[in-house]
Amino acid sequence: MADEGRQAALTLSNLTVALDGGDVVVDDVSLELAPGEILGLVGESGSGKTTTALSLLGYATPGAKIVGGELQISGTPLAMNDSMRRARGSLISYVPQDPSRALNPALRIAAAIGDIMKAHRAEGDAAVDRALDRVGLVPAHATHRFPHQLSGGQQQRVSIAMALSCEPAVVVLDEPTTGLDVVTQARILEELKRLRSEHNISMVYVTHDLAVVSQIADRIAVMYAGRIVEQGQAETLLRDPRHPYTRGLLASVPDHIRPRALEPMAGIALGVGERPSGCAFAPRCAQRTDRCQSEMPGLEPVAAEHLVRCFHSELTPELTSHAAYGRGGQLYDAGTPLLEVVQLRAEHRSLHEATVAAADISFSVSRGECVALVGESGSGKTTIARAICGLHPVAAGELRLGGQPLPSLVARRTREQRRQVQIVFQNPAGALNPHHTVREAIGRPAKVLRGLSNRALPGEVDRLLGCVRLTTRLGDRYPQELSGGERQRVSIARALAAQPEIILCDEITSALDVSVQAAVLKLLNELRDELGLSLLFITHDLGVVAAVADRVLVLDQGRICEQGVTEQVLQAPASEYTQRLLAAAPSISYVTADTDAVAERA
Amino acid sequence: MSSMVTSPPELTTIVAHGRRSKRAAWLLHTRPGIAGLMLLGFVLAVALIGPLVAPHNIAQPIGVPGAGPSSAAPLGTDFLGRDVLSRVLHGGLPVLGLSAVTIGLTYLVGLSLGLVAGLSRSLLDPAIMRAVDLFLVFPPLLLLLLLLTGAGTGTGVLIIGIVLVLFPGVARLTRTATLEVSTTGYIEAAIARGEAKVAIMRREVLPNISQAILADLGVRFAAAISLAASINFLGLGSKPPAANWGLMVAENRQIVGTNLWALVVPAILLAALTVSVNLLSDAYVHSRGRSGSK
Repeated sequence: MADEGRQAALTLSNLTVALDGGDVVVDDVSLELAPGEILGLVGESGSGKTTTALSLLGYATPGAKIVGGELQISGTPLAMNDSMRRARGSLISYVPQDPSRALNPALRIAAAIGDIMKAHRAEGDAAVDRALDRVGLVPAHATHRFPHQLSGGQQQRVSIAMALSCEPAVVVLDEPTTGLDVVTQARILEELKRLRSEHNISMVYVTHDLAVVSQIADRIAVMYAGRIVEQGQAETLLRDPRHPYTRGLLASVPDHIRPRALEPMAGIALGVGERPSGCAFAPRCAQRTDRCQSEMPGLEPVAAEHLVRCFHSELTPELTSHAAYGRGGQLYDAGTPLLEVVQLRAEHRSLHEATVAAADISFSVSRGECVALVGESGSGKTTIARAICGLHPVAAGELRLGGQPLPSLVARRTREQRRQVQIVFQNPAGALNPHHTVREAIGRPAKVLRGLSNRALPGEVDRLLGCVRLTTRLGDRYPQELSGGERQRVSIARALAAQPEIILCDEITSALDVSVQAAVLKLLNELRDELGLSLLFITHDLGVVAAVADRVLVLDQGRICEQGVTEQVLQAPASEYTQRLLAAAPSISYVTADTDAVAERA
Repeated sequence: MSSMVTSPPELTTIVAHGRRSKRAAWLLHTRPGIAGLMLLGFVLAVALIGPLVAPHNIAQPIGVPGAGPSSAAPLGTDFLGRDVLSRVLHGGLPVLGLSAVTIGLTYLVGLSLGLVAGLSRSLLDPAIMRAVDLFLVFPPLLLLLLLLTGAGTGTGVLIIGIVLVLFPGVARLTRTATLEVSTTGYIEAAIARGEAKVAIMRREVLPNISQAILADLGVRFAAAISLAASINFLGLGSKPPAANWGLMVAENRQIVGTNLWALVVPAILLAALTVSVNLLSDAYVHSRGRSGSK
C-alpha cells in the first residue's frame, strides 16, 4: 500500500478476465504498487498469474477477454485494451519468459532496441548504448550482435534493456530467470534490484518459484484459482503464511540450507471450469468447514499489510518440521556396490569431431542408496545417465552392475541387466507414447523384461498404479488426458514395472509445479523404503538434492569436482565451483533464517 | 471397406493402433471424410461393376469414329469408332489397380528406409539417405523413359518406375518425422529395455508419425496417376486396344472437336479418384490433429 503522501506507481482494482466461453480465469484481482517497489506475483500453473500480468499491459491472450477492472499507472487512468498501446513502453513494459524466443533472431541488438525507441520517441545510437550500459552489458560488444551470439543471461539482459529503454514507471517480468542457470539467475536478480534502486522503477515479478521471489520481492501476492489468496510483506508472508495454500506451497519447497521434510498438499489444482462456488481451495484444505464450501471468503487483513482470503486463517499451522539431509546420513552396506562407474568417458560424436561430454567419472551407488548428480546445463549429467542405461556409447571406462561388467550397448546387455536399470525422463509430456493407454505403457516393461503373461498383466498394472498412488481408473486414459504430475507418476510406474534395482531419475521434477514436485519426491522416498530401490538422481536444484540424496556428486563441465555426503557438501563445500553454485542458489531460508534460529532454540 | 484405402499394410497398422473408440470416427464424422468416401465409392463402383454391365466390346468399332452421343452409344464413339461408355466402364480397373499397387509399394519402400535411417543413430543413416537422394537427381519422366526403353514396356516395369520416382519423398519425410520423435522418452525407454527395432517402429514410431506421413498421401496418389497417365499418353504404357482412363484422354485428343465426351468423362473420373483420396487423407490427418498428441 502506498503512503498517503506518495502517489502509487500502479493501482489495479477488481480485474476480471474471462475466456470467450464465459469461464472466469482471473477473478476480482486488485494490486497496488508503490514507486520503486517489487511485488512478487506467485502461483502455480493455471493460477492466473500470467493472465493478470498481461492485463497490466492491457493485453489478453486470444481466447480470453478483460471484462472488468480499473487500472491507473502513475496517476494516469488507462483503459485495459489496445488503446494502451501508447502507454506500453513508456508507462509500463514487459519482460517475457524466454528471451531466446522473445528476441527477433534476424535483428541485431542495436536494431532491436532502436526499434522500440523509435516507436515511442526519437533517439539515436547514444540512447541504445545507454540502455545496454544500464543492464551491465558493454555496448561495444553487444550492439552489433545477433541474439544467438549472446548467452541466455545476456539475452535476458537485452530483454530487460528493451523493457527499460523508454523509462517506464512499472516493469512486468514474467518468470524472467526460469530457463537460466542459478549463477546467471543470481546475477540477473542482483541487476534488477540495482535498477530498481537506481531508477526507482516498480516491478511486478511473476514466478512459480518461491525461493526466487524471496530473494527479490518486497511484497508477495499468492494466487490460486484466479484469485489472490494471500498478500503481504515478503518476510511476514514467508515466515508466517496464514492461508493454508501459501503454507502448503512453502512446505513443498525443498531447501538446501535448512532441509525440511516435504509436506505435499492433498489433491490437485482445479481447472478453470471446475472451480467450486465457495473457497476454491476448500476441496484440498484440512481446515475447511461447511462455510468454506458454500461461501467465498473475502481478502481480509489479519495484520498490518497482510491480507488473507480464508475464514479460518488462525487455524493454519505454523511452518515447522526441519529434517535431516537426505535420510539422515544413513550408512549403506559396504559390500559390492550395486552400480559402479569407473573412469567413464562419454563423447558427442559427429563425422568430423568429438566433444567430450563427460570424462573421468567414477562413482558407485550402493543398494538402497540415493546418489545425486548435480550440475548446470551442459555439465554432462544427463549424458552420464544415458550412458548407464545404454542409450549413449561409452568412449572409455567401465560400468559394473552388481559386480559384473555392464556392456555399453543395450544390444549386448542381458535381459536381466536391462531389467535392473531403469530410467525416468525429464519431460513428462514426451515420456509417454500418446497412442498408448497408461495400462499399455506400464504393462509393456513387465511383459518384455519380466516375461509376464498377458493374463497376469492387468493385475500387475493395478498393483503398480497403486504403488505410485494413482487410481486404477487412470489405466484406461491416454497420456494427454493426464496432468504433468500424473504423467510423471506413470513414468515412474513404468520404470517400477521392470522391478529394477536402480532407477535413474533425469531431472524428473524440473517441469513440475512445486507442490507436485513435493508429492513426487515424497513418493520416491517412500518407494525406497518399500522396495529398497537405489536412485541416481540427476538435478540442478540443490533443494531437491537436500530432500532426497544421501550422497552428492557435483559436476562441472563434464568432470566431478566434488563428491561426498549431502550434508557435508551442502554445508561445507570444498571446491570453488560448488561454493559458487551454493552462493547463487536461491533459498527461502535467507529471509526466514531468524525465525528458524528461534524455533531451534525453543 | 475399400481396397484402396486399407490395402497398404502400413495404413491398417496405423489405424489399428489408434484410439479404438474413435477408429472410424474420422471417416464418418467429418465433412471431408464423408465427401471423400462417397466420391471414392462412386469411382470404385464404376470401375468394379463397370466391366460387368458394359454394353459393347471395347475393341470393336460400332460406328463412325468421333461420333457424338446416340442411343446406341450414350457417350458417343472414340477415335476408332468404339463405344466410349464401354471403354470408360472397363478403363477404371487398370487405373485403380496400378495406382493402388504403386502407392502401396512406394509407402512400403519409403517408410522402411526412412524408419531404418531415422532410428539408426549410426552411419547407416547418411548411407541410406544419400542412396535415396540419387533417385531425386533424375527428372521423373526421364527416369521412367530410361527404364521403359531399357527394360521393356511392361506393367511391372511401369510400376517399378513410378515407385522409384515417388519413394524418395516418402523416405525423406519418414526419416525427418522419425528423427523428431526418436529422442522422446517413450522411444528411449523402448530402446533401453531392448525392444526389437521392428517393434519400436511399429509400436512407438509409426502411430506418432502417421499424421505427418499421410498428410500428402493424396498428393502422391495424384502424382502416381498422372505419371501413369503421362506414360500412357506417350504410348509406352497400356497397349491398345486395352481401355484405360489415362490412355483414353491421350488417344481421343484428336476428336476433341467432334466428341468431347470421349475425353472429358475419363478425365473427370481420374480427377474424382484423386480428389477423393485427398479428402480422405485430409480427414484422417485432421482427426489425428484433434485427438492426437498435443
